[in-house]
Amino acid sequence: MTGGRSVDSDTLMEEIEQYRHFYKPTGGGVTASGGEPTLQPEFVADVFSGTRKLGLNTALDTSGYVEYEKIKDLLEVTDLVILDIKEIDEDAHLELTGVSGAKVRKFAEAVGELGIPIWVRHVLIPGITLDPQKIRRLGDYLKTVRGVQRVELLGFHKLGSHKWELQECPDPLENTPAAAAEEVEAAKQALRDMGIVNVV
Amino acid sequence: MKEQWQGFKPGAWAERVDVRDFIQKNYRPYDQGPEFLTGPSERTRVLWEKVLDLLAAERRKGGVLDIDTSIVSMITSHLPGYIDKENEIIVGLQTDKPLKRALMPSGGIRMVVGAAKAYGYDLDKQIEDFYTRHRKTHNQAVFDAYTEEMRRARKAGIITGLPDAYGRGRIIGDYRRVPLYGADFLIADKEAALKHIEYEIMEEDLIRAREEVSEQIRALKEMKEMASTYGFDISGPAGSAAEAVQWLYFGYLAAVKEQNGAAMSFGRVSTFLDIYMERDLENGLLTEEKAQELIDQLIIKLRIVRFLRTPEYNELFSGDPTWVTESIGGIGLDGRTLVTRTSYRFLHTLQNLGPAPEPNMTVLWSQRLPEQFKKFCVRLSIETSSIQYENDDLMRPRWGDDYSIACCVSAMKTGKQMQFFGARANLVKALLYAINGGWDERLGMQVGPRFAPITSEYLDFDEVMERFDSILEWLARLYINTLNIIHYMHDRYFYERLQLALHDLDIERTMACGIAGLSVVADSLSAIRYARVKTIRNSQGYVVDYDIRGDFPQMGNNDERVDKMAVELVIRFMHKLKKQKAYRGAEPTLSILTITSNVVYGKKTGSSPDGRKQGEPFAPGANPMHGRDRKGAIASMSSVARLPYDYSQDGISYTFSIVPRALGKAREDMVQNLAGLLDGYFAMDGHHMNVNVFDKETLEEAMAHPEKYPQLTIRVSGYAVNFISLNREQQLDVINRTIHGLI
Repeated sequence: MTGGRSVDSDTLMEEIEQYRHFYKPTGGGVTASGGEPTLQPEFVADVFSGTRKLGLNTALDTSGYVEYEKIKDLLEVTDLVILDIKEIDEDAHLELTGVSGAKVRKFAEAVGELGIPIWVRHVLIPGITLDPQKIRRLGDYLKTVRGVQRVELLGFHKLGSHKWELQECPDPLENTPAAAAEEVEAAKQALRDMGIVNVV
Repeated sequence: MKEQWQGFKPGAWAERVDVRDFIQKNYRPYDQGPEFLTGPSERTRVLWEKVLDLLAAERRKGGVLDIDTSIVSMITSHLPGYIDKENEIIVGLQTDKPLKRALMPSGGIRMVVGAAKAYGYDLDKQIEDFYTRHRKTHNQAVFDAYTEEMRRARKAGIITGLPDAYGRGRIIGDYRRVPLYGADFLIADKEAALKHIEYEIMEEDLIRAREEVSEQIRALKEMKEMASTYGFDISGPAGSAAEAVQWLYFGYLAAVKEQNGAAMSFGRVSTFLDIYMERDLENGLLTEEKAQELIDQLIIKLRIVRFLRTPEYNELFSGDPTWVTESIGGIGLDGRTLVTRTSYRFLHTLQNLGPAPEPNMTVLWSQRLPEQFKKFCVRLSIETSSIQYENDDLMRPRWGDDYSIACCVSAMKTGKQMQFFGARANLVKALLYAINGGWDERLGMQVGPRFAPITSEYLDFDEVMERFDSILEWLARLYINTLNIIHYMHDRYFYERLQLALHDLDIERTMACGIAGLSVVADSLSAIRYARVKTIRNSQGYVVDYDIRGDFPQMGNNDERVDKMAVELVIRFMHKLKKQKAYRGAEPTLSILTITSNVVYGKKTGSSPDGRKQGEPFAPGANPMHGRDRKGAIASMSSVARLPYDYSQDGISYTFSIVPRALGKAREDMVQNLAGLLDGYFAMDGHHMNVNVFDKETLEEAMAHPEKYPQLTIRVSGYAVNFISLNREQQLDVINRTIHGLI
């Protein structure tokens, strides 16, 4: 393992419990994020059932690139799925992420069928996803998914670019500028105009 | 019942001085939202514009607009002064002009001369001569009595920030007594008290008490006289809301005309004033606009209180603070909230007039505060970073429901309790003395008791702790003895006659000690215990630096191993202070608070075994060292919340800074999350939290273009400052502090 530390679910539950005073007043709970939490479904399911026993909510922050049958047990103890939709068009998805978006969309639909609420996150990258036509297609698609309760549009920023250097990797978006606040706002408004509620 | 009390529910308060009883019987709790609030009146707007111009002129002149060099300031020393008589509905200035600093030499003449000189003013020679040769000052008296050891300790900065050249402050007159009773009632009360200070043997305590009460009576009479020069007769109670606000301010004004204490706090007045507002509103004598106007204009006055300070003083407490602390909210002993509409009106001034460091708005937070009020406060914090929060659920059991905060974090029962302000001891230096046998690493001389230094190459935890314990024993004794001299002399030469006239006859006193550098010491002890700390010595064999090998737990990560060391250190030092005999029967207490002095203390302190280099700042207050709290905001809070209030009853200051987006994306989420963080921190028995919500970039931008940010306010260790009035070094210190990017 490079970076991070290994921990078992009991130890993690102890740590979670230490912060019990903070969850209720913030309306918070435990979010498993990444990396990719669905790569360790049994472990996360353990932690989530423990969390629920404390009377707290559980949220799974995932890329959605997973077959939902494989994480059925995990979804049973999940109160909210935070789903990262990286790109709405299939070809572009393949180009941007190296994999097909069909699996992600299938996952989203399955989660919706299970009645689990979904928050969609979508990053607006200038020259890639920040495009009025694409936003429109995203909106059309989101209207077909059950359970979408909130859509977060995030402007691409450069705050993490130094990390590429630290890892001694070339930054593939080196020449891509940060998204302008007005453009991000316009995209949000476009979705709202399409009748999508709770766009932030 | 007096006619001015018509409509109030009677009670013991009508027979004798008992403000709490008046409040409890008459106030109306308010648990709804801020919808009723109104904007500033035209008069307020015009007045505030004028003040903004004056403030800009003050900044252009290097921080001081004008100094009175020829009139020694007393309650009645100056003719009435105004900012803009036509638009001013609450009147009264410290001198004859706004922002003109008064001359108060009783604390120390050299300080006054030096401060005037630093800003290009020459003091009237006769006054200088008078206070040098004919009339002794507090400062002269203290130095007459200081021992050589005390002078050395002061010079080395192991105890420092001591109030030995200016007013000690941190005494809060119960200014509410002036409007509720009027001056004559209070004078009669003190005259009656004087009759009881007569026993068989006239000893020092009695003689002093008689002299003090006589001075108090004189001060009350002078306050009445001062008010009359402004055209007000305050001999009787205030009969309306407008009078109540004005009478109350006269009480406070009389105090700040005569005393230049480091912290001249205001008390807990909003709910008291609300009773008058409600009565007038009900009788159709007041509108909401007028009610807000009274409060806005009171706040304008509190924003322009000034004292003359030296540049050295500004280094310790920067940004020209006055700590006009106003405590707002909380819950009563009977479970009703003490939040009223006027609590909202006070906080609303941050919107009507824009953010400002003074008055030091302090919200007494309880889990049971009305939800809407919580949200309102937190929303204001997000917008202005001008509010501090203190845990009412932690303090109420100890101080009741009518305490006020003095300065930053010091709770005291209003009008019934005072403290002897004791600044702080530098525990990092104490640890270095333990290692070097009392030798000061910066002065290169023996300051502490000479005992065998540690000679091993690697530091051994048990050996260091044994020496450290002895040094702390010495330090506690020296510290209290030094404070005893200071406060004995302050009572004699710079007695707060007006403020104490607004106290009960018999008051509780605490000797408020403090410590600086707690997280540095805790991390140092942790390094010695859990890593390998190699000593680096100079040619004389003294340790001047450390080489640390391996990792060690650091405060701020909710790691019990090191947090416990901080807790134990606080308890250990408190026990040692408790053993000492404090002046006038005072009860020693402890605060973990540095104001901005963490920078100066750091400057005066050599490298420490935690890896902090010589001269580098400490963390402020009880904060973890910047950059070492790596597990996010909640872990950092959890570490600090472990520090025991029982052993640090003068307060535990924690400054929390977070970037807006870490609180959430939508404004509603931000409000809920920040309110939740406060609820969580205080549920864990955290005591105090300064809340800053800003981006580092904003601060950097303000450093580069100060003219664009005249009102940018930030919270530092127990008070708020105007960011652009900090010096460069302190601005950088603020920027380098941990600003949490995630919860």
